[in-house]
Amino acid sequence: MAQRLLSGMMNYSDTSIVASAPFLSLEGVRKTYPGVVALDGFSMEVRAGEVIGLVGENGAGKSTLMKILGGVTRPDTGTITVDGLAHDGLTVEASIGSGIAFVHQELNLFENLDVAANIFFGREPLRAGPLKLVDRAKLRTQVAPLLKRVGANFSADTPVAALSLAQQQMVEIAKALSIKARLVILDEPTSSLPIAETDKLLDVITALKAEGISVIFISHRLHEVERVADRVVVLRDGMLAGTLSKSAINHDQMVKLMIGRMLKEREKAAESARAPGSVALSANGVRTSAYPDRPVDLDVRHGEILGLAGLVGSGRTELARVLFGIDESFGGSLLLDGKELVLGSAADAVASGIFLVPEDRKLTGILLDLSIAQNISLPNLSAHARRSLVSASAEAATAEKQKSNLGIRAPSVATRTGTLSGGNQQKVVLAKWLAMNPKVMILDEPTRGIDIGAKAEIYGLMRALADAGVAVLMISSDMEEVIGVSDRIAVMHEGQISGILDREHFSQENVLLLAVGKRPK
Amino acid sequence: MSKKDLGLLILILVVGTVVAIINPRFLLPINLANTSNLIGLFGILSIGQAFVIITGGIELSVGSLVALLGTLFIDFIAVREMDWPLAFVLIIALGGIIGLVHGWLITRLKLQPFVVTLCGLLIYRGVARFYTADGTAGFAFGQNFPELEFLAAGRSWGVPNSFIALIIIAIVMWVVLHRSVFGRYLYAIGKNEEAAKYSGIRTGRIVMAAYVICGVLTALSAIYFAMYTRSISPASHGQFYELYAIAAAVLGGFSLRGGEGSLIGVILGTVLLQELQNLVNLLGIPSSLNFAVMGGVILIGVLVDQQWGVFRARRLMLEATRKGAAGAAAE
Repeated sequence: MAQRLLSGMMNYSDTSIVASAPFLSLEGVRKTYPGVVALDGFSMEVRAGEVIGLVGENGAGKSTLMKILGGVTRPDTGTITVDGLAHDGLTVEASIGSGIAFVHQELNLFENLDVAANIFFGREPLRAGPLKLVDRAKLRTQVAPLLKRVGANFSADTPVAALSLAQQQMVEIAKALSIKARLVILDEPTSSLPIAETDKLLDVITALKAEGISVIFISHRLHEVERVADRVVVLRDGMLAGTLSKSAINHDQMVKLMIGRMLKEREKAAESARAPGSVALSANGVRTSAYPDRPVDLDVRHGEILGLAGLVGSGRTELARVLFGIDESFGGSLLLDGKELVLGSAADAVASGIFLVPEDRKLTGILLDLSIAQNISLPNLSAHARRSLVSASAEAATAEKQKSNLGIRAPSVATRTGTLSGGNQQKVVLAKWLAMNPKVMILDEPTRGIDIGAKAEIYGLMRALADAGVAVLMISSDMEEVIGVSDRIAVMHEGQISGILDREHFSQENVLLLAVGKRPK
Repeated sequence: MSKKDLGLLILILVVGTVVAIINPRFLLPINLANTSNLIGLFGILSIGQAFVIITGGIELSVGSLVALLGTLFIDFIAVREMDWPLAFVLIIALGGIIGLVHGWLITRLKLQPFVVTLCGLLIYRGVARFYTADGTAGFAFGQNFPELEFLAAGRSWGVPNSFIALIIIAIVMWVVLHRSVFGRYLYAIGKNEEAAKYSGIRTGRIVMAAYVICGVLTALSAIYFAMYTRSISPASHGQFYELYAIAAAVLGGFSLRGGEGSLIGVILGTVLLQELQNLVNLLGIPSSLNFAVMGGVILIGVLVDQQWGVFRARRLMLEATRKGAAGAAAE
């Protein structure tokens, strides 16, 4: 019985390919989280052998969509049809079972194991006998063709730790092929790859397509989407902003659909910029752990927002950590308002008025188990204490003030920060620094994972800080954000500042050229 | 007092009532005084341990330190005929220095607390045995230290002075842990050391201070234990005391991951442990089962606490989902 059912299903799926019915279709999918509508009546379809480029800003709903396709969350309403079978929501098993495979931005590989062991982890061919030993010979013969299909130039017994990032992604894709995936979803696979490696990965996508496997390619790098996608689906604010067919795919169209009304607001924000003041923080020949042989020179001025762009891994976060005293600098010197500054720890930076809003909010930005008030007072606790005993009322007073200033949405300042939305958590991080007197404010990816409304508020706050004479250094990988918000843009490439752009030279193209180490136009 | 502490207090009272009904000798003044003396000695030790555990660390060497510092203390005053206040200060300082060294190895050289203090456990035990040539340190016949003996082993109004010392230390440490800037830093570091560092806290110094506090309180309790037993054979004196201290903290609601626990909790944990010891004696349970009883009770306690946490988390999530669904339906 089960046998017949199975063969019946397989027949069905065979015909579906011939008829080129969509492999996957979503209809009217809606998903809400407390306070946020992540997806709002979203529909799309993916045909067999089709490469879909999925683009949208951070917070547009891409990751929610991925979670729904992976079976991690269920949509509130809507239908997901995979291979002709309609579901209200997928389970993880159903997602895997119907041939949907993910290659995530953060790879899920065991670095201490070799390629073959990773690809067949948990599904190793076993030798006969009670000991269940792994049949290594069989394993190798099964892995070889998979590696060939993804065009790998490494062997099955290479330890994963020895592979480059792109090669590791190939291992992930080979893993997807090994479970007979029919739809491979690549979530920002190229965001941390150097250009040459990216080309290899894009070739793999073309190879998958030739085998009739569908691909959803999520990327912020629009020119790559332009190169490989058959169709582009644009998400904005949880809704389908538009679909571009092959002939209509071009950079400007995608940006227009992605940004919509946002672009104008940002330009307005930037226009109000005044002439920058004197140099606040100056890094001279600072060298970071990422590139200890490359000195960095950078000046941030009072009253300006200096955008720091560059590819992931170009050393921006490491620079921020040095400027905030978390990491030691390997040589070089720092000047604050012209005076030599030596930072032995973050405590020294805080004492001199240099504050950092770190990249990873939950790990380093706030303490999720502490209340809003306790988080805000933490860096300046002695000011909220008498004879080194903490005054809860002083803490609450500071927190209340910041809560209303920043519009932190929470029942009270005693609320645990772990229960807040991403945007409100980020405001708490900002609030703890605003409650002190910032001279230099460093923000590392300040709007990552934050909904659009909160984003605009954070842009407004940064501008207000700059207007008040604070030097603002904003690290961002969001091209539109860098261009829309900054007064000047410094671009980092492999550990060095490859160029600084003034307003009149702002363009995505120029930033990108500098980011890959070429000259701007 | 948190709900957790209240639950523990109720458990202590229930166990006490049951023991008292089965064997009324439990309530005899002499038994209560003896038990509260032991609570005082182990309580001081456990508070020290609690300060380390709250940072996410652990201090395994306290049992050996009780042996080493106790041996040295008796040797100082009985053999070397040092004035006892001077010996007292020296021992306390030595405890603090040892704590500082542990803290320095852990924060500056980035060694794991378990490893550092495990080595301490072995080293101090070995040194103590070597120091007395595996003999016994004790007082000669007729040696008397009236003031010291009164402070350490005497009673005021029928209450052992060691217990009174614990109450005073507990009040001071309660303020330090729950009301001071330093205490807030300890919790912050225990919850998330990275985030604390990114908030400009000098985490290394704070953690080091926690080990110093542990060292000082361990030294103090070492002196109390020495004056209680009056003779020390370093091979066995203080053995497993680190585990009593850790067990008291865990029973009192401390998480070994750090960032959780209250001072009242660790005191109540100590009380429960000593009550159980007393129970084993009074109910005629073979004393060889002593550790098994304690282990069993701790396991059950932690299990109940953990399951309660899971239950609460599940209920919160259900509520949130229901609210979310209601919100979606309303729109």
